[in-house]
Formats: sequence, C-alpha cells, structure tokens
Amino acid sequence: MIASASPHREFAAALQVPTLSVPPGLRVGGGYAAERRFAVHRNNFVVGLIDALAESFPVAEALVGPEFFRAMARERVLSDPPRSPVLTDYALDFPDFIAGFAPAAVVPYLADVARIEALRIRAYHAADATPVRDAAYRKLLADPLRLGGATLRLHPACAWFRSRHAAYSIWHAHQGVSDMSEARLALIDVDRPEDVLVTRPELDVVTIPLPVGATLWLDALQDRHTLGEAFQQAHAADSQVDDGALFTLLVQNGLAIALETTTEN
Amino acid sequence: MNLPCNPHSAEYPPADAGLPLRAGIGFKPQHFDALLADEAPPAFVEVHAENYMGAGGPPHAQLSMLRERLPVSVHGVGLSIGGEAPLDPAHLARLQALIDRYQPAAFSEHLAWSTHDGRFFNDLLPLRYDAASLARVCAHIDQVQERLGRQMLLENPSTYLEFEGSSYSEPDFLSAIVRHSGCALLLDVNNVYVSCHNNRHDPVEYLAALPLRAVREIHLAGHAQECDATGERLLIDDHGSPVGAAVWALYRHVIAQTGPVPTLIEWDTHIPAYATLREQAQRAQALLDEVCATAKEAA
Repeated sequence: MIASASPHREFAAALQVPTLSVPPGLRVGGGYAAERRFAVHRNNFVVGLIDALAESFPVAEALVGPEFFRAMARERVLSDPPRSPVLTDYALDFPDFIAGFAPAAVVPYLADVARIEALRIRAYHAADATPVRDAAYRKLLADPLRLGGATLRLHPACAWFRSRHAAYSIWHAHQGVSDMSEARLALIDVDRPEDVLVTRPELDVVTIPLPVGATLWLDALQDRHTLGEAFQQAHAADSQVDDGALFTLLVQNGLAIALETTTEN
Repeated sequence: MNLPCNPHSAEYPPADAGLPLRAGIGFKPQHFDALLADEAPPAFVEVHAENYMGAGGPPHAQLSMLRERLPVSVHGVGLSIGGEAPLDPAHLARLQALIDRYQPAAFSEHLAWSTHDGRFFNDLLPLRYDAASLARVCAHIDQVQERLGRQMLLENPSTYLEFEGSSYSEPDFLSAIVRHSGCALLLDVNNVYVSCHNNRHDPVEYLAALPLRAVREIHLAGHAQECDATGERLLIDDHGSPVGAAVWALYRHVIAQTGPVPTLIEWDTHIPAYATLREQAQRAQALLDEVCATAKEAA
C-alpha cells in the first residue's frame, strides 16, 4: 500500500462526517476496534466543542433545554469547525449561527439572549482600560460649552445592541437562580423591544438595559461625534430622550476612558 | 535522512531556566483563592496558553498575580506543530505576545496536529512517523524557537491509533526531533502508559529508547478506560481523575534514572477541590524527595 501524501486530509474529513468510516492507513495495536479508537478523536472534537459552547451559553441552553441546545451546537461544530484555537472566538460567532438556524426560529429571542452572553465573554477578555474619573466630569460640567464640544473614547469592553425582544429581561431572569431551568419568565412580555449594554469598567462584567435613545447616542460617540452632536442626534430620533439618564449611564458605568476637549474654550 | 542539526539551538536559553525541580499543578481559575491562601503552595503552576490570548480582564489579572508569587510554565495546546500546513502566523504572534508579557520559566507544546485546511479540531491528533513528518515537525520547532528566542519543550502524545506508513517508533521519532531541532522534552508519563497500553508496547522499553537526559519537565495525570464486548480495554487520556498506581510506578522508574525533574499534576475535567490537586502534587514531591535522598546517600 502506498502511503497517503496527506493523511491529515483523510483524517480531518472522517472527523467531520460521522457517517464516514475510519480513514485508511491506520494500524490498530490489539483487539480494540479501529472505529471505537477513532471515536475518541471524534468525541474530543465534536463533544469537546459542544461542551465548550454549552459552558459559554448557559442561559441559551436553559431556554431551549440541553437536548435541543446540544443538537444545535453539534450542527454548528460539524458544518463550521473553529478557524482558530482560541475558542472564545468560536463562542462570539455562535449567536449568528443561532439566528440562521431554522429549527430555533420557534424561540425568536434565543439568538439575542445568546448575543448578550457572547458580549459578556467579549467584555471579560477585552483590553483593560481606566475609566475617566468623576472629577474630570465635574470639571467639564462646570463649563457647558466645553462639555458640548468634548469627544470621548469608549472602553474597549463596551458594546451594545437593539433587540426586537425582551432579551435583557429574559437573560436577567436567569441570574441568581440555583437552577436556570426554574427561571420565571411568565411576567415578561417577550415581544417588548429592549436595548442592552455590556461593559467591564474594572474586573466585573456589567450588563444593563439601556434608556430611550441610548444606542443612537452611543453610536454617535463611538463615531467620534461630540457630546453635543450625540445628544442632538438622539433627540432628533426620539423626543423622549432624557439627557440626565444618558449622562448618568456614561459616568456610572465608566463607559469613557478619555475625554478630549478643544483647547480654545 | 539528511536533516541539518539546528546550528542555533545552543544559543537559546535553557527551557528550565526557572522551573524548580519540584512538583507543581495545572492552574484552574476556580482554585485561585485557595492557591493564594495556601501557605505552602506547589512549587510552580502551568497554564494553557490559549486561555490567556485575550487582551485583558480577569484571566490576565490572575496570571499576573500568580507570576509574582510562583514560577509559571506556559503550555500550548493549539499550535499544531505536526500540521501539514505552515504554522498559523496569527497564533504564533499571540503566543509570542504571551511569552513576552509573562516571561515564563518554560514553554511547551505537543507532538501532534490539531489544524488542517484552516480548521481547528480541538484535539491532539496523531502523526505518521516518517521522514516527511520529521522534517516538517523540526522546521516548525525551529520556527517557534527562533520566534520565541528560547528552547521549547515537546510533549509525547497519548495515542489510540498508529499509522501503517510510520517508519519510526514514537521514541525514535522523538529522539530524532531532539537531535535535529535542539528542543527539550516534556515527558508525560501518563501518555506513555496510555499509548503503550493502547498500541501494545512495553512502557519500560519505550522509556529506555527515549533520550531521558533531554527531559526538562514531567506531566502526571489520570486516565479513563472503556471496555468493549470482548473485555478488551482502551485507555483514554482525560485528565479527569487521580494519577493511577501504574503511572506512579512508571514515574518512580523515570526519576530514578533522571534524578529530580519539575513535575506537574494535570487535572482538566471533573476538576476537584484544590486540596485534592494539592495532595497529588505532595505525593509527587515525596517521590522527588526520595530520589534526592537516595542520590545523597550514594554520593
């Protein structure tokens, strides 16, 4: 028998298609069947990654139950194996897979709840940065003209999104319970849209619902518009915007890591 | 086989520049508080490189605090040194950043592959031990050692299958790698036991064929087993239980020849309380102390 020029190609193909038989060119020492031996590798690949996804998305798993969740994760692992050995990257993309996974459409908020869990993983591993101190804000508040002209740099852990569902309330109902399958969802109107922010000012990840206009306001700040412009954009989109609530959000959660003001004022 | 010996290998600082010849443990974040409160902690800790490749956050805060207190060894599980393709430059860059940041006492990786055609299989997969694999593995090790500016340790795998086309035994293949690349060895005694059982080799003969003088670190761990209908057993390297009696015996056999070597207890699934892991490390330490005492008596 001529040895394969690329034994790894055959090995990898057999790992990804459970119905394929054991790749050629293997030698089995002893009586234990080659299929069972190869199954150890299939298990490390498929079950290992399913376990990793289940560990990363405990609330999503609780919402659909372990059996459905693991079947969904298995589909993802076999159809789209990781592209990097850094498995947090694999978790971050999972909400997109869920959003396109047809059988999950019966739980329309599932992908958005998973998005919260993914953003929490992202925030956990994001670069560290020191939030702007209260004193710096106080100084700026004393000079409204400079305040309106200031631009901010936001914390690298900070991220937000708009959900068409009550993703935050559903996620929050699963916190602080000893058994997530007993989370109480009965009082939640799941079709009420919610905006969510995840950040990590120090070592603890923070997850909060956002007030009206906040996502637009944060988008504008992220795009390096001045605070004044950001407030204008938020007001233009919604008359209910509360400037005080947005400013409190910024200060209380350490969202800014730098305040840049023009020198002439 | 006509491979050049690496002319640079002598320039690299030795991989064990800072690992004490004592027992350490694989670090698990859930053990952080207990480890910090331990008045007589293990002599060193080892972390998996891929768990610290994010930019910041609690993982780095913990590792920085550990690094201030104990020697740290960085153990990679995703470089795919045996892969058919060139090493992933992005992963190599992440690894270098981690090594530069923490300056660990040792860096190790596996004789295995885990990536093919850009896809990562989350496992340490077996290699065909032939001339082409040897040339490829040595070239990859050269690249890692040059990039990191240090000697690396290569770990023997646990295997369930062998390739018909292999022209080297595993210990001969490892010996050739050490000779050509100038890397050192991380001898996983549990892997020796598991592989030899599964592939019907004699572990003592396996060890006799290895260049034990190149061993700079030892791993010990537990394994699982499954039985088929005929009663035949397959051993599975799952790092999920205490070190088995046969593996302890094999470890004694190794250190009686090598003298004391930095020894790590690995426990990665069904993770126990810190005290259980600590007890396993104390048991390894007692055997290391025994070897030291015997050496003193002989002197």
